[in-house]
Amino acid sequence: MSSLFMPPEASTHAVHVDAIFIGILILSALITIAVFALIIVFAVRYRRGSQAKRGKLPELVSREFEIGWTTATLFLFVFLFWWAAAADLTGLTAPANAIEIHVVAKQWMWKTQHASGAREINALHVPIGKPVRLIMTSQDVIHSFFVPAFRIKQDVLPDRQTETWFQATKTGVFPLLCAEFCGTDHSMMRGRIVVMRPEDYAKWLTVQPQGDDLAHQGAQLFVSRGCSGCHAEASKVHAPKLEGLYGRSVQLADGRHVTADEAYIRDSMLQPKKDVTAGYEPIMPSYAGLLDDGEIDSLTAYIRSLATSTGDAR
Amino acid sequence: MSDALATGNLPFPPRPDYLRNGRTVTSWLTTTDHKRIAILFALAITFFFFLAGAAITAVRIELLSPQGHFMTSDTYNKLFSFHGIVMVWFFLVPSIPNTFGNFLIPMMIGAPDVAFPRLNLLSWYLFMIAGLVTVYMLVAGGVDTGWTFYTPYSTMFSNTHVLAAAAGVFIAGFSSIASGVNFITTIHMLRAPGMTWFRLPLFVWAIYATSIIVVLATPVLAISLMLVIAERWLGLPIFDPAHGGDPILFQHLFWFYSHPAVYIMILPAMGVVSEIIPCFARRRIFGYDFMVYAMLAIAGIGFFVWGHHMFVSGMSPYAGLVFSFLSFIIAVPSAIKVFNWTASLYRGQISFDAPMLYALGFVGLFTTGGLSGLFLASIPVDVHVTDTYFVVAHFHYIMVGGSVSAFFAALHFWWPKITGRMYPESWGRFGAILMYFGFNLTFFPQFLAGYLGMPRRYHTYPPEFQIYNIMSSSGAAILAAAYLLPLGYLTWSLFYGKRAGSNPWRATGLEWTTTSPPPPENFDSQPRVDRAPYDYHPEGYSAGLGEPEVQNAREVE
Repeated sequence: MSSLFMPPEASTHAVHVDAIFIGILILSALITIAVFALIIVFAVRYRRGSQAKRGKLPELVSREFEIGWTTATLFLFVFLFWWAAAADLTGLTAPANAIEIHVVAKQWMWKTQHASGAREINALHVPIGKPVRLIMTSQDVIHSFFVPAFRIKQDVLPDRQTETWFQATKTGVFPLLCAEFCGTDHSMMRGRIVVMRPEDYAKWLTVQPQGDDLAHQGAQLFVSRGCSGCHAEASKVHAPKLEGLYGRSVQLADGRHVTADEAYIRDSMLQPKKDVTAGYEPIMPSYAGLLDDGEIDSLTAYIRSLATSTGDAR
Repeated sequence: MSDALATGNLPFPPRPDYLRNGRTVTSWLTTTDHKRIAILFALAITFFFFLAGAAITAVRIELLSPQGHFMTSDTYNKLFSFHGIVMVWFFLVPSIPNTFGNFLIPMMIGAPDVAFPRLNLLSWYLFMIAGLVTVYMLVAGGVDTGWTFYTPYSTMFSNTHVLAAAAGVFIAGFSSIASGVNFITTIHMLRAPGMTWFRLPLFVWAIYATSIIVVLATPVLAISLMLVIAERWLGLPIFDPAHGGDPILFQHLFWFYSHPAVYIMILPAMGVVSEIIPCFARRRIFGYDFMVYAMLAIAGIGFFVWGHHMFVSGMSPYAGLVFSFLSFIIAVPSAIKVFNWTASLYRGQISFDAPMLYALGFVGLFTTGGLSGLFLASIPVDVHVTDTYFVVAHFHYIMVGGSVSAFFAALHFWWPKITGRMYPESWGRFGAILMYFGFNLTFFPQFLAGYLGMPRRYHTYPPEFQIYNIMSSSGAAILAAAYLLPLGYLTWSLFYGKRAGSNPWRATGLEWTTTSPPPPENFDSQPRVDRAPYDYHPEGYSAGLGEPEVQNAREVE
């Protein structure tokens, strides 16, 4: 339903949003018409000096009247809440089989990276009909990933990961916009989402300069940045082993338990003193400023791959 | 004079009205008369209104073309930021409370002045200092963070005058608090004999509810701006994530003030309209007590809905649900008020003088703007339209369509009382109608552009949105004319206007029982109150055209 008043409806989520939008639109149009009609009718009928009936007020105009419309409004609004909230909850998490894309925002561009290692700037190619999960972070200020055709928007924060997901239902090129004010060229921070048929997407992926995939890049960084000096199997330093770490629950020195997810791994690189694993000295230096977000994503992908390669994932 | 002697009133020697009680500049700058301070505030906010209006005029001209031709992106960003900061803190927040509230609250409750007259004057000086700092900020080069000061952009990345901008708003906050405390105390302590809580005019209730929000919420704004200043100036890591800070924390603090601030701007407007509609419909207000409870409910629940500004910020989705629920709930008291204003017209004797046209315009625009809030309360739709022109349209319907229309309604309603002169009525009506249509032409297309996906704060934009921007900009030209028009004919009326009597509208409030302009101490004799407001006709009957029963029992006798 694309028209003068609606952007293209190009994702499964867009259909739900438009349904709620149109529902509330009809309802508020009815209320507006009722209020305006009453005002106009009263204004004409009861203009000063008109012959309309006045005199003693009818019994109807009473306190019960007031309680009646207050209650009706209340029920109506609670119903609207329930309807919108239910739709919101069903779309909260991405399906497990979603394609993962990493997004890095910076003043003033979008960098996207596919699991194969293919990178794009201000563009993202995705296949139609497959859920796509976006794992996003910012290198500087807050940005917001906004695709009107998919009805999705999610703020992208510095030093933190946020996620959103979509499943495209139409092929074509759709605008990607930054929706959170981020400085001088905020309005130029635009890109495009290219939705392709799956076979075209596969073809497109193969002709990209692949480099290595994320996990392989991470493996190289693991050695070149010195991580392996402590965390490798053969190291003499007493450091936590990373095999099988991802997805596991880790006990910390202060007694808390945390799940080793992307956010935890990222924090452990940038703020190693924040969540110290039980039984280890807090001797790891911070890598804040030494690793950029792309490198952190690669290292995280490598650590994840260690979980599955040893066979005891999750 | 035998009547006066019988009731214990003696004839008074001639005395000047408050405008002529001292003619020097010093007599104005050192005055503690609440009416004079109201005039001082009115002059200041009029200046800021047109200053911020000029900034947005430049923005609207630039937006005629998708590429923009006249200015750099930096200039554009500074202009919309200046517009927002000045309109919110130097016009809307002080607009009705500090001018009409200041002028009318003591008169409506039958008091000679506010409880703390010198604090009242201090409030104006604080406001002027804040204004000077803000003008300095503009002259020095401006600020580009938007009125929201989001971190870490404001603390770490912006190269503009964030410190001066934050300091200006910080100081203005103290002016708000001083006035808020003053109104609360005045309404509690200085009501005339017989003026019980449920005999208060709704305008007084509105200012009371507003003042409570001001006193409770403004300190939080001060704290958040202090933290921005501390991080930017002193390098204390508070919001900077690289040092373990949390940029979302700023948003929580900021909106904890800034959402209630919306009610600081709209509640006084509701109070104004609740005075004007009964007067020109010659009807008692429908459901007086419900109107009071609705205002108190708005003031209370308003503190718990701030999270609906942050559905896409990365906040917990379950917190989002709570905020969504409460945002729907707060729409109920607003709906009550709209229904009651409408019902107050039923079986009235309605005349359409300029204040009434502005007030009816308010009801229409507030209804439209309020209903557009339902879209923003429902999370899935909000995710799509937040930070787009849909939101821009929504809050301008409430703040400009609502508050500014009500400000002009109040200006025309109480102008005869304040100045003692009548303005040319047909010009007033023409201005009201022009403003209504100019407003809708400016802001309705922004709903459409917003749902289509045009983000706010965009200097350049995709060309498919141009048609909506051209409509907006043409509407803005009409709106500008509608705002300038009263400046002309009201100034004219000061010199050539017909003299107004004490009660040109035949209204019931105490302020209409004293002379126009009022004497320095407001009343020649202490009013006594023996009835509720809006006594335009006997209970249980429709409107009549007879003389209303004013609240001042001395006048009744």
